[in-house]
Amino acid sequence: MKKLFWYVLLSIVCWYAASTVQAAELKVPATVPAGQELKIASSGSGTLYLFGPASATKRNVSAGEVTLTADELKHAGRYTVVIGEDRGSFFVTAAKPESLAFIARPSRVPTARPDVISGTVFVFDKNQNLVISPTPVKFDIAVEGNNNSRTVQSKSGVAWVKLPSSSRAGAAQFTASLAGNEVRRVVQLTASDPCNISMKASPSQNGILVETAPIRDCSGNPVPDGTIVTFSSVDSKGKSTVDARIKKGIARAELPASNNALISVASGVVVGNEIRWGGAR
Amino acid sequence: MGRVLAIVLAVLAVVLIGTATVRTDTPSTSANSPEAAVQSLLDNAKARNWEGAYQLVAKQSNAERNDFVRDLAGRDGSLRTYSSLQSYDTKVLRETDSDAMVRTNIQWSTAVGAFYDTKDLKVVREDNIWRVVWPLEKQAKVPPQVIPVNYLRWDIVQRGSDDDWGAQNVEAPRVRIVSMNAIERDNSVIIMGELVNEDTVPGFVTVGATLVGKDGNPLAQESSFDKISHTVLPKEVSPFRVDFPKQKLANVKSVRMQPNALLVPASADPTIGVLHQRIETNAAGKKVLRGELVNQSGQIVNIPHVLATFYDNAGKVIWVNDGYVDKALQPQTPVPFAVDLRDDIAPNVQSYRVSVNEYSMNRQ
Repeated sequence: MKKLFWYVLLSIVCWYAASTVQAAELKVPATVPAGQELKIASSGSGTLYLFGPASATKRNVSAGEVTLTADELKHAGRYTVVIGEDRGSFFVTAAKPESLAFIARPSRVPTARPDVISGTVFVFDKNQNLVISPTPVKFDIAVEGNNNSRTVQSKSGVAWVKLPSSSRAGAAQFTASLAGNEVRRVVQLTASDPCNISMKASPSQNGILVETAPIRDCSGNPVPDGTIVTFSSVDSKGKSTVDARIKKGIARAELPASNNALISVASGVVVGNEIRWGGAR
Repeated sequence: MGRVLAIVLAVLAVVLIGTATVRTDTPSTSANSPEAAVQSLLDNAKARNWEGAYQLVAKQSNAERNDFVRDLAGRDGSLRTYSSLQSYDTKVLRETDSDAMVRTNIQWSTAVGAFYDTKDLKVVREDNIWRVVWPLEKQAKVPPQVIPVNYLRWDIVQRGSDDDWGAQNVEAPRVRIVSMNAIERDNSVIIMGELVNEDTVPGFVTVGATLVGKDGNPLAQESSFDKISHTVLPKEVSPFRVDFPKQKLANVKSVRMQPNALLVPASADPTIGVLHQRIETNAAGKKVLRGELVNQSGQIVNIPHVLATFYDNAGKVIWVNDGYVDKALQPQTPVPFAVDLRDDIAPNVQSYRVSVNEYSMNRQ
């Protein structure tokens, strides 16, 4: 019993000693917007230490009102300030949204496909702190007069959207805008596979000239120049093929002369019409 | 005794030096038999002694010296200009007092590997000397003209270092393997098939393959080298073939394919027509796919490379082979080509497709 009494007494003494040496709390707000100065009342003078997420500051201050500059508080995160034996902690939160980072994918996409274009925006304040409070972001994609807009609230600093590709081919201007700031990306909308291929054949100086009608996809967009169109001719001498390139919307090639040939045309997986040339014509 | 030995050695040295001086690397230009005439001509050609070789060409060849030299040494930056005659063998097919026929198999060493050529050479006796009737392949002269070409090409603007981190780069083309087949031949596993560029931009394509063993571990890794058309234009189909020497198909559990496409600047020209494709039997009794290439553009194609894909009656790719043509393609001028076809594959071939790669020196 006597031993217990001494233990309790020792604990009380220790607690008293600790409480007498404990630092006083500085009066600081719980949160401060980034990039805004903060004034703190300090009872004594001494050395000020400020520890933040991306900086640490040390300077001498005198008693009274101490000012933490906007520059010292530009990064969001938890800060601890120590003046002499007083200390306090507070959070610096992102300021109002001022800029955005915009990621658009893909850079090239076929026309008339649902949900193929994705846009992701990260919202930042003027000091590049991620703004995690919900913020409306406007996405807009336009090509050749076709316009598609959508406004999305950001969550945890990120806003994203999935949009269909329009049926018109061309360079789509994909923009994300926020509080007067706009970032633009270009998404190339390309024609899809040819809808059908129609060719005609005529005699030429050295053989048979084959030529397609203008090749378009099923939305009416011209298939890009340079696309391969294969013309084939089969006759008694064997098979002849020419991988022609579409130029100005039309593929053209010269096949060898023949009296009786079966001529066909194809591009990728799309097959066009056949022409029986010569004897059976 | 020592003095005698020294004199003997000195005399021997003089004799040897004399022999070496008199002996020339220039092969003989005389021939006392049809086979010797062919051999002598080819020896001279091997030594690039064109004058000596030309002396053994019969008048009835109707070959100008320069044409003959260009035929053997190549022209217009063709593959033959990067070749040298490595070896040959000859066999007399028939012989009379006045003429003979000699089959000649010539091996050229070229920048892309060995190149084999078989010629049945007619040899005639002219002025009591056997001379070779050289089968000069005269190329048609292209008349002066203007060939209009809409020079279509793709250039790329990549993202810059000072662009913000969200700025996207232009993406690589979408390339898809549309068919694949694995076979075992000559103690090798061979993976072959076709791929198509589904995009609207050209791509530089390579196909890698990994054989995975029964235990799930990789057995071997290879990639297609020259049995593929590396630059694939939009909607273009290219065959590919990957060989795994010293592997057995029975040990393979699966194959991992790694098609890799890069966006590259490219030109849509030239267009090369492949005419009169047919499977024939050559002089050696082997099956070959023959045809003619026609350069439909206006610039010379220096080294044409022919890729042949063979299909069975189900449309499956059963063989892919390639061959180089050692002549340059002049505009609008047909040049023959031949691609070997394996005898064991030939009976199953139902159809085939030929595509052409081109290597041109002056094309931008």
